[in-house]
Amino acid sequence: MRKKELRLVITFHTTTDAMAMEKACKQAEAPGRLIPVPREISAGCGLAWCAGLSDRDAVRKVMDSIGVQEQDMHEVMV
Amino acid sequence: MIYMDNAATTMRKPETVIQAVAAALGSMGNAGRGAHGASLSASRTIYETRELLCRFFGGVNPRQVVFTSNSTESLNIAIKGLLEPGDHVITTMMEHNSVLRPLYELCGKGVELSIVKCDKNGVLDLADLESAVNSKTKAIVCTNGSNLTGNYVDIKKIGRIAKKHGLLFIVDASQTAGVFPIDVQEMQIDVLCFTGHKSLLGPQGTGGMYVREGLEVRPLKSGGSGVQTYSKSHPSDMPTALEAGTLNGHGIAGLHAALEYLNKEGIDKIRAREQELMRRFYEGIKEIPGVKIYGDFSSGERCPIVALNIGDYDSSEVSDALLTEYDISTRPGAHCAPLMHEALGTVEQGAVRFSFSHYNTEEEIDTAIRAIRELSAEEQ
Repeated sequence: MRKKELRLVITFHTTTDAMAMEKACKQAEAPGRLIPVPREISAGCGLAWCAGLSDRDAVRKVMDSIGVQEQDMHEVMV
Repeated sequence: MIYMDNAATTMRKPETVIQAVAAALGSMGNAGRGAHGASLSASRTIYETRELLCRFFGGVNPRQVVFTSNSTESLNIAIKGLLEPGDHVITTMMEHNSVLRPLYELCGKGVELSIVKCDKNGVLDLADLESAVNSKTKAIVCTNGSNLTGNYVDIKKIGRIAKKHGLLFIVDASQTAGVFPIDVQEMQIDVLCFTGHKSLLGPQGTGGMYVREGLEVRPLKSGGSGVQTYSKSHPSDMPTALEAGTLNGHGIAGLHAALEYLNKEGIDKIRAREQELMRRFYEGIKEIPGVKIYGDFSSGERCPIVALNIGDYDSSEVSDALLTEYDISTRPGAHCAPLMHEALGTVEQGAVRFSFSHYNTEEEIDTAIRAIRELSAEEQ
């Protein structure tokens, strides 16, 4: 498989929250993209927002602006 | 064909709606069931439609917009998910079976029901509604407009009554969503139930509800959610809590286009046009001997519906003559509104319902007037 690196991975309670996040990040030009939730975080399914570790503040700002509460925020090798 | 059965479903849709559904059928994956392009495309369209609906109905948060397959499903979720045995609930004679039957079902499980009567024109007295409130009353379930007479119900006033007595307010907006402005906050609506295929001009199989933030509705269904797969219970977060199973993404893509059309055209303009056509028809037939029109036409604010009978003729016979001799599509019979027919005294005869769209033309209206005049003359 491709080389992994430590990244910020944010999970959400609902797909709706994940989509709200994607839209707001695009509008704010905040970095990251939606990925399938990695199994080390949750053995379920769903979407997570993946960004660089240094993007934490920018991403948090977007989440606060739209009132999205993360389920969890992790640093994982993806 | 002259289509005048728009209260059943709007047959003519904006071209953009048809194109959006076709495009979705060729490109859309399953929303929330993957992170690939096709799935995300569906998720994005659905999310944007939530936003559009939230704004359209004056909501606070798009997460409170739930997609269902129609008003009936929305009303079942709201009614069965909020009422408990021992509760008292108030509804009206104006209601469709999508309200009445879930309520009757709950009556068999210990819910007490009061049904507020209408006058001979199918108009409610809101004082009667308020006087039905008792110490066990939990909710008022009420239509925003009669699907039979077209009478408009002032839900802002009912919302005020509901709040005054601390009651939940569930609104059936099947006939009004897309025609009349609806603001869930201003009208103090706890659950707004709507369908996509009538005046919202979307595809059949689309519909939904707006649930006030903080109000927990017991789900009717559980199942696939795209999240929390190994949990034995269905997630409780909105809107997932009330959306088990794959959503009608293709239909919702059409509803998205329909909402954009309504926003661009403006529902005030569409309503004015439909009411103008309705008024032309009403004025053209009201003096014809033998024609009996139902409903309250004293106010201009009504749904674009005219229900009538000719003499003692069976409404089905009249509707069939309209179709075979004039190519006009109308709806006879009982319109799933049994109590409304009781109030109007038309249980046996039914009524012929004409319901208009802004796509109808003056020429079509005039043909319908001529048809009623000629059929009534036959009856004399």
